[in-house]
Amino acid sequence: MEAATSRRAIRATARRRRSQRGAAIAALSTVVVIGGLAAIVVTSPGWSNVQETFFSWPDFKRVFPDVLAGFWLDVRMFCVIEVVVLVLGLVVALTRTSHAPALFPLRMLAVVYTDLLRGVPTILLVFLVGFGVPALELSGLPTDPVILGGAALALSYSAYVAEVYRAGIDSVHASQRSAALAVGLTEAQALRHVVLPQAVRRVVPPLLNDFVALQKDVALVSILGPLEAFRVAQIDASSNFNYTPLLAAALLYLCVTVPLARVVDRMQRQHQ
Amino acid sequence: MTGPSKHGGESAGADSLASSLREHRAPVLEVRGVTKAYGDAEVLRGIDLAVNEHEAVALIGASGSGKSTLLRCVDLLEEIDDGDVLLDAEVITDPAVDPTAVRRRLGMVFQAFNLFPHMTVLENVVLGPVRAHGIAREQARERARELLGRFGLGGREDERPDRLSGGQQQRVAIVRALATEPRALLLDEVTSALDPELVGEVLNVVRDLKAAGMTMLIATHEMGFARDVADEVCFLHEGRLLERGAPERIFSAPERPETQRFLRRLLEAR
Repeated sequence: MEAATSRRAIRATARRRRSQRGAAIAALSTVVVIGGLAAIVVTSPGWSNVQETFFSWPDFKRVFPDVLAGFWLDVRMFCVIEVVVLVLGLVVALTRTSHAPALFPLRMLAVVYTDLLRGVPTILLVFLVGFGVPALELSGLPTDPVILGGAALALSYSAYVAEVYRAGIDSVHASQRSAALAVGLTEAQALRHVVLPQAVRRVVPPLLNDFVALQKDVALVSILGPLEAFRVAQIDASSNFNYTPLLAAALLYLCVTVPLARVVDRMQRQHQ
Repeated sequence: MTGPSKHGGESAGADSLASSLREHRAPVLEVRGVTKAYGDAEVLRGIDLAVNEHEAVALIGASGSGKSTLLRCVDLLEEIDDGDVLLDAEVITDPAVDPTAVRRRLGMVFQAFNLFPHMTVLENVVLGPVRAHGIAREQARERARELLGRFGLGGREDERPDRLSGGQQQRVAIVRALATEPRALLLDEVTSALDPELVGEVLNVVRDLKAAGMTMLIATHEMGFARDVADEVCFLHEGRLLERGAPERIFSAPERPETQRFLRRLLEAR
C-alpha cells in the first residue's frame, strides 16, 4: 500500500519535471528564433531606411483616418458580396445536383460556370467585368466600378462556394433521402428538410474559410479605381514616397481576417 | 362459411377456406412476378407474394437473397424491371402513379434506423405528418407524444437521436413510420444493427403491433421472432421465392434443400 503511494508520488514528480522542462525549452526556442529574426532585420544595412518608409508614426497618424474610410467601403462590399455569394452558390450547387431532365441545360451551364470561373484568376475577372461591361455601352447595365468589381468577385466566389455546397450535399448519405421519401416527403421536400440542413452544417467551416479569402480579395476592386483601403493607401504612398499607409491598410484587413480565422478554427474543432 | 381461420396451413379444408377468403378480399399488398436487376446482377427473379389485412409475412434468407431490395421496391424506393406491386388492389408500380402518394400510404423501418440526426426525436416523428400529410403541427406533436409514450419513449422527445441507445433509436424509427397511420408496415431487418441485448425490446414492439392488427411485411434474420409473429414465412434464395408456408411447417419440416441448408447453418451458428 505504502509502496504503491510512493510510486505514484515518484511518477507525479517525474511528470511535473518533464512538463517544466518542456515549457522551458519552448520559451528558449521562441526567444532564439524570434529574437534572431528581429536581430537580422534590425541590424540589416537598410534597416533605418525601411523603418522610415514603412514604420513612420507621423505618416501613420496622418493617413489612418483616410485609409479607415476606404476600409469602410471594403467592409460594406464584403457584406453585400458575401450574401450574394451564399445565395448564388447554393443555386448553382442545387442545379448541379438535381436530376430533373428539364434542368439539363441549366445543369450544363452550372458545370461550365464553376469550371470557367474557378479557372480564371480573380484579378483578371475583375478587370474583364470592370472594363468590359461598360465598353459594351448597353443602356441599363451598371457602370459604377464598385458594383462591377463586386459583381466580378461575387461570380468568382459563387463558383467556389457552389462546389463547397455540392461536396456537402454529396456527403449526406443516400439513406437519409430514402428515409425522407419513406415518410412521404417529395424529392424537393427531402432536399429542403433533410439533406440540405445536414449538408450546410457540415460545410460551415470551409464556407467561413472562403469568407476570409473574400474579405482580402475585395482589395482587387481597387484596380477599377474605387477608393477602398488599399487604393487610398497606395495613392498616398506614391505621392509621399512613404509606404506606411500600406501597413495601415494591412493592419485593418488583419483586424477582420484574424478573428474570422479563429472562428473557423473553433468551428472545425467542434466538428471533430 | 363458418368462422374464418387465421392459420390456414394445417389441412386442405382450411387451405381452401383461406384461399376463398382471399378471393373475396384483395390482399393489402400483392407482389406479382417482380424482377429487378442492377446491371448484370439479377437481384429479384420473379417474386410473387401477398400480405392480407392484419397479417404479417416474414421474408427469410441469406444476406443478398433479395429481401431488402424487395421491400425497397414495394415502397417504390427502387424501380422494378418487370411485374407489378399492388396496394389495396391498385397497381402502384405503374409509371403513371405518383410514388410520393403511394409512400404516404406505407410505412418503412430501416436496418440502420436512418433517423434524421439534425432533428429531435419529436421532430423526426412529426416531419411526415406535418409536411407530407398536412396535419396541423400542434395536433401532430400531440399525437407523436402519445405514440412515443406508448412505446416507452416518453420524456425523450427533445433529445437528438444520437443520445439514445440503438434500441431506442429503432423504436423512434418505428414510431416515425407509424405516425402517418400507414396501411402496411415494411420492416427491413430492424434488429440487425442492434447489440444483442437490445434486440428483444424492438422485437417486442413489433409483436405488439402484430397483436394490434398491423399489416406487415418483415425481412428478418430472427427465426424465433419470425416463428411467433408471422402468419406466413417466405424463404428467398438468390432472388427467388423458393418456399413458403406457415412458420411451424417451414421451421420444422422445410421441403427444399436450400431452405434446409439455410436453417441448419443458422442453428450451427448459435
